[in-house]
Amino acid sequence: MSRLDVRKTYKLYIGGAFPRSESGRVLPATDADGEVLARVAHGSRKDLRDAVVAARGAQSGWAGRTAYNRGQVLYRIAEMVEDRRGTFVEQLGADGRDEADAEAEVDASIDRIVWYAGWADKFAQVLGNLNPVAGPYFNISAPEASGVVGVVAPGEPPLLGLVSTLLPVLVPGNTAVVVASERWPLTAVTFTEALATADVPGGVVNLLTGQPAELLPFLASHMDVNGLDISGADPGLVTAAQQAAAGNVKRVLADPPDHWATAESPYRIAQFTETKTVWHPKGK
Amino acid sequence: MSDETTPATTIDPLDWDYAPSVESTPVDIPAEQGLWIGGEMVAPVSDAGFDSINPATEETLGVLAEADEADVDRAVGVARDAYDDVWGSMPGKERSKYLFRLARLLQERAREFAVLETLDGGKPIREARDFDLPMAAAHFFYYAGWADKLDYAFPGADPKPLGVAGQVIPWNFPMLMLAWKVAPALAAGNTVVLKPAETTSLTALEFARLSAEAGLPEGVLNVITGAGATGAALVTHDDVDKVAFTGSTAVGKRIQEAIAGTGKRVTLELGGKAAHIVFDDAPLDQAIEGVVNGIFFNQGHVCCAGSRLLVQESIHDVFVEKLKERLELLRVGNPLDKNTDIGAINSAAQLDRIKALVAEGETAGGERWQPACDLPEQGFWFPPTLFLGVAQSHRIAQEEIFGPVLSIMTFRTPEEAIEKANNTPYGLSAGVWTNKGSRILWMADRLEAGVVWANTYNQFDPASPFGGYKESGFGREGGRHGLLPYLGGVA
Repeated sequence: MSRLDVRKTYKLYIGGAFPRSESGRVLPATDADGEVLARVAHGSRKDLRDAVVAARGAQSGWAGRTAYNRGQVLYRIAEMVEDRRGTFVEQLGADGRDEADAEAEVDASIDRIVWYAGWADKFAQVLGNLNPVAGPYFNISAPEASGVVGVVAPGEPPLLGLVSTLLPVLVPGNTAVVVASERWPLTAVTFTEALATADVPGGVVNLLTGQPAELLPFLASHMDVNGLDISGADPGLVTAAQQAAAGNVKRVLADPPDHWATAESPYRIAQFTETKTVWHPKGK
Repeated sequence: MSDETTPATTIDPLDWDYAPSVESTPVDIPAEQGLWIGGEMVAPVSDAGFDSINPATEETLGVLAEADEADVDRAVGVARDAYDDVWGSMPGKERSKYLFRLARLLQERAREFAVLETLDGGKPIREARDFDLPMAAAHFFYYAGWADKLDYAFPGADPKPLGVAGQVIPWNFPMLMLAWKVAPALAAGNTVVLKPAETTSLTALEFARLSAEAGLPEGVLNVITGAGATGAALVTHDDVDKVAFTGSTAVGKRIQEAIAGTGKRVTLELGGKAAHIVFDDAPLDQAIEGVVNGIFFNQGHVCCAGSRLLVQESIHDVFVEKLKERLELLRVGNPLDKNTDIGAINSAAQLDRIKALVAEGETAGGERWQPACDLPEQGFWFPPTLFLGVAQSHRIAQEEIFGPVLSIMTFRTPEEAIEKANNTPYGLSAGVWTNKGSRILWMADRLEAGVVWANTYNQFDPASPFGGYKESGFGREGGRHGLLPYLGGVA
């Protein structure tokens, strides 16, 4: 008799823990043929609020780490994803694509994590500068993290889209509340399991599976969220989210790239930073 | 357990000294080593060799190969092939991942490398363990991330690698200098032939083996050992596109002259005679720590050592008293002991040079002061030394001693401090201690030095450029600026 395999329960990722939805709801995750692969937690408004609390709690600590340390932690995510590449390839293949294509997405995702990890101790050297003001003053401008950023991961590509939106948010020291792809949520949950073993402090990344259409209005209007990347959201949800974001003047990024395959830029990092300029007199 | 019937007559008077805390030495040093060329250790064409010794014990650690012109030619040829065939055209993202591997492996094996560094060079294990190795790994980690971002480092420049880099490094921070040289060179897409200093080659050879463990393509990093003649053959080789040298100003000048007209790009990180300026409003106890660190870190074998103390006249006496008290507490001895502050002088030749300059300082009228200090019988040692009553014209105020010797002078006004601080052909670094922020920035604007430390000293970071003004050389290592010397299309 062959051995019966043990299946994974796909849960939310909040504050470094893996809770089920407080609502008790689940959604089926299906493959390209509509076959149910597993069920994922159907995140609720309350789950989202919990996630924001966790993200806020972790933010100052994450931003307060040295850039070198943040870079090493982000690099460690790449190590952990590489380690699980087989699982990712298998889950990505659920949409019916061939294995080589799934491999290519995993490769690109890992390399993109490494690419952004390298920015942690460099983006300030590109985005900041000394300002030659006309007076006896030292004047320097440098970027700082905005705070808590909400991210709606693109529906596709599931892993590369998630990585491409999440990593630039983390680089300068923001923490994130991510709403995963509704159609392909399994890779997102597996990705959080990589995060949990990658020295990423609990609360730095929080991820909800569920329905973006249901969760985004609450995320966009949440008064303790500072920024919103909805470039991966369904275009039909964007205007309302931008309007809601005005409630506390969130920084909103809502520019879908032509291709997620080429969507890597330090200017994505810049989207969720605040430029701080310091003046100091010079004189003996 | 106490035994009340036995009187405690056998107990010695209380000894409050530290118990020895000696690091174990889990390193295997090959009895004989060749040259690392093309991803393997090869016997030198020259068939010549020399001993590498432990300066703390004068014991031989192993025999190293002395590369001659034929060996240099072979190494440069291999580096050229690796550049043409593999590394120069490799996508930045792939180069980046190799450099991250080097950083991670070096982090993993840092303790072993630290012990090797201390055995070979004489520096305190505490410094090798807590400074040299972590900082070397950090440099690889930092530049790894630049390899695929060069277009952002210099927008509009279309930066390209230069080709083969010939690099010659000194003996004071062997692994760190290797990292400063190799990491930006490889990140930019160049291949490397590196010559470590003849007294401290062991970690470079071990790093070469580590690079194979990382899968670095053969010929991308080559390490050849030898003395001055080997270095001269390397930097003047026709097929070397880029020369990078860290060492003395005298040798730097010879290199600059020798390659004139060849079109080679060059960076020179040379000597220094840094002024450490202490104002009367400075936090004195912190300043004392900074001044002590500034000159006695790594036995004073530091190009940016704060070897000239300029203390404001009104606090001179109290500052010198505090300094003497602090020096009495420095522990000189076994570099492998974790309590050691000052280890061995790197070589007999360097010890002779320090002794000669110190004797000259006394002859010229300087007042020498040294704490009571027992030095080991074997090995090369020199006690921490202060010179009082030093004049600007004294050789110990002008020449780099590269040892644990501090020349003390005074000033009255900020203008005078600047005048004296800049009164040297060097311009590598400077230190300023004052509670007044505006004065720090006023001083920084006027100091002719590539690095100015304010209310701190000897701070280093891969993200921060380092290099000199004037005869301390040109070009920067570290930071975004550290990429420039290794790229074409940017000048």
